[in-house]
Amino acid sequence: MRVAITEYLEIDLDAERWLCRRCGTDLGSARDNYKRGLLVYDRDPREIHQPILDPERYRFTFAPDPGWCRILEYYCPNCATQVETEYLPPGHPPTRDIELDLDDLKRRWTESK
Amino acid sequence: MATAVKSKLEQFLDETVVFYGPDREILGDHRLAPRSVLEERAMAKHRDPHTTSLLRSKLEVTAEEAFYQLEQTGAAPGAKWGDLIAGIFTAEGDLAVASSGGVLLFSVVCQPVLRYVMKYWRNEPTVGVRPGDVFMSTDPRFGNIHTPDQNMFIPVFTDEGELALWVMVIVHEGENGSVEPGGMPSAAESPYMEGIRMPPVKVGENFTLRRDVVTWLQNSVRDPMLQIQDMKIRLSACLKIKERIDEIAREYSWEELVAALRWTLEDTEAEVRRRLAAWPDGTVRSTVFADSTLRENALIKIAVEARKRGDELVLDFRGTSPQFTNRSNNTVLHALKGMLAQEFLTFVWPDLPRNQAVFAPMRVVTDYGSALDCTPEAPNAQSMMTFFPAFTALQMVVPKFIYACSRRYTKILSPWYNMITTFIYGGINQYGETVGNLCADLNGMSGGARDDADGENSISPIFAAMTDLGEQEVLEEETPIVKIVPHRLMTDNCGFGKFRGGTGYQMIATVRRADAFGFMTTCVGSKFPSTYGLFGGYGAPTYPLCKVKGVNAFDKLKDLPEERWTVASIMNERPFEGARYSTHHMGMQFEIVKQGELYMIVQGAGGGYGDPLERDPDAVIKDIRDAIISESTARRIFKVAFDARTLSVDAKETERLRNEEREARKRRARPFDEFLKDWVKPAPPEGLPYYGAWDDRETIYMGSPERKAPRGQALGVTMPDPRDVRIAQLEDMLRKAGINLQE
Repeated sequence: MRVAITEYLEIDLDAERWLCRRCGTDLGSARDNYKRGLLVYDRDPREIHQPILDPERYRFTFAPDPGWCRILEYYCPNCATQVETEYLPPGHPPTRDIELDLDDLKRRWTESK
Repeated sequence: MATAVKSKLEQFLDETVVFYGPDREILGDHRLAPRSVLEERAMAKHRDPHTTSLLRSKLEVTAEEAFYQLEQTGAAPGAKWGDLIAGIFTAEGDLAVASSGGVLLFSVVCQPVLRYVMKYWRNEPTVGVRPGDVFMSTDPRFGNIHTPDQNMFIPVFTDEGELALWVMVIVHEGENGSVEPGGMPSAAESPYMEGIRMPPVKVGENFTLRRDVVTWLQNSVRDPMLQIQDMKIRLSACLKIKERIDEIAREYSWEELVAALRWTLEDTEAEVRRRLAAWPDGTVRSTVFADSTLRENALIKIAVEARKRGDELVLDFRGTSPQFTNRSNNTVLHALKGMLAQEFLTFVWPDLPRNQAVFAPMRVVTDYGSALDCTPEAPNAQSMMTFFPAFTALQMVVPKFIYACSRRYTKILSPWYNMITTFIYGGINQYGETVGNLCADLNGMSGGARDDADGENSISPIFAAMTDLGEQEVLEEETPIVKIVPHRLMTDNCGFGKFRGGTGYQMIATVRRADAFGFMTTCVGSKFPSTYGLFGGYGAPTYPLCKVKGVNAFDKLKDLPEERWTVASIMNERPFEGARYSTHHMGMQFEIVKQGELYMIVQGAGGGYGDPLERDPDAVIKDIRDAIISESTARRIFKVAFDARTLSVDAKETERLRNEEREARKRRARPFDEFLKDWVKPAPPEGLPYYGAWDDRETIYMGSPERKAPRGQALGVTMPDPRDVRIAQLEDMLRKAGINLQE
């Protein structure tokens, strides 16, 4: 039995595994942080939010300051779908965002069936 | 001391209270009050749900009528575009019925005001609560959000003289005599620079305002006409609600009415608990950052850990930045709660009755003395600069609970843009009158993308579902402000994703025919974005304040074609010879604007949803046609191949480019655990003014890696005056250049 948790992640309740919803790749134990099953890239935010004002002339350009802000991009290791983005200061530990009670989830879905 | 004398002294000290301050017990408890004797009696007799529903509808219509009356007659600019609410409260002070339009944020923050009156003034011989009394408050330390908001409330009694309920209206009035005009001073360094601070005060009797009190208030603000006009208008709206309630009570009975109010609250809480119980149990976290105190850039951490068990939700913000003791960006706890309630009232369960029971099953945990739960001595006129990001943190949490739910009441939503991108103004207008207030553009926030649709462009603020952007002509009639480019969308200003966030418009403003008139701006997010994406989508960009000084744009209107009146064109092409062009963070304290000088800001974007490589190529092309994105962004972010002349999509080449990008992703990224070894640092980087917890939330940083304290002992940060910092920098440069400064 699979439960969709986000646009790109689901949990196989029987196997207790995180899976990619696009390609079915196993991303690790559903009792663990799903991010451990993904690839991560430290993106310079100016590559996504490009300066609209001339950076040679101005201190503030509509682009984030890369010394203050980085974008962590999380990809499925198989299909490379961008599962999450996380805006953080350089070196800040990523947040373990989802930690659902797997036993509660199993109970709910068993009862609902 | 003789025993009798000692006993008398102790009795005197017990009975003599020399100072009533804010009551933390009241402020910390937003749950519904226990049923009153009257409620118990009424509810035992009246439990017909159809009658409850009918009476609730009648009361909702009553609140709605008062809302429109205020909107149509209010003098404050905020009233004209719906920055207000009208509500009916239980006798113990719980909001049971609110108008559907306006600022629902007010829904939770009014309760402490009424609780205070009931606890301290009801039995106080010099005050009391009697038929015909009129009360008012402005001090956020006793309820409300910040000092520009003024409420008015009256008790309503049964025919037998029992207190049945309260009626309250609250309006963002703006001008309040604070250190800067307009009522929301970012320059305030103490609460006593933030304008009139009025705890709950009886301002009238026999349904009539006391002229001495009104005169005191008028003489405390820059706009005395606004003060008296809107006090009368607020009272009039309260009386309209009372008149309707009296009619309803005559048609039914006071007991049926009181029972309906209380059943409405209890039924709403029961329904919220039922809906919460359907969420999966677990913990969801998010971390956001505000990058400014409005006086200087500072990286202010706001993190939430949401723990859901059964039918309760705990929102734990411990580890958030300490408060800033001489900056106005601190939040009083109930204002935080009011804003968090917005997420549920407006974005998650908008179908529920609008009352504060919606938030009753939630518990909020904070560090007292943090930026989200400040002490009474911390200024808080610009509390939005921390409680708006806290709202965004919650908006990032909720979808991760409800995506798995079989029944949702709204779509999955990426974060809404969360800053008030507007001009606060003040000075002497073209008629010689002193005014101070703000423009309606604070209501122009862009919507986040949804799980099946793009976000709406500049649609409504996060604190109110239904407001208005006002009429430009009315603004120009009342103030010297001229917006040369009022509402033109800016290209590439959106959160990219499978569905993109809404985009915002640019504003180019100046003044005309006024010598002593100026602006303020108040947003965070000039170095670190304030709004983020969801499930692989990107967030908003960052936003500067752009100025062009030393020019009179009115002399240049004919010289510059209309299409070149954009922020990017003016700043990059510098069409005005001899003018000074500069950019700044968005925390500008009040400054005088000379005729024709340009102040330019851009309304923020909503967060994107999903991987941009999954966006329908035809939607990308439509965005190019609509000038929402550039051709460069279409190729760079969305990897869409198209003919630049015809804008026709090359589907095969798009597929190839997207697959190529997916392969590139795999090459450049690393497995999470391996990545962490290099990425994670034990403390904030040297040179980054960082405030709040880093990894371990028990350690709070206060501006540098060395300056830290255990959580609970980081009671506040005092910042230096940015002008002193700048002077020191310039003096240092002069010394290094060999110039001798005479001290």
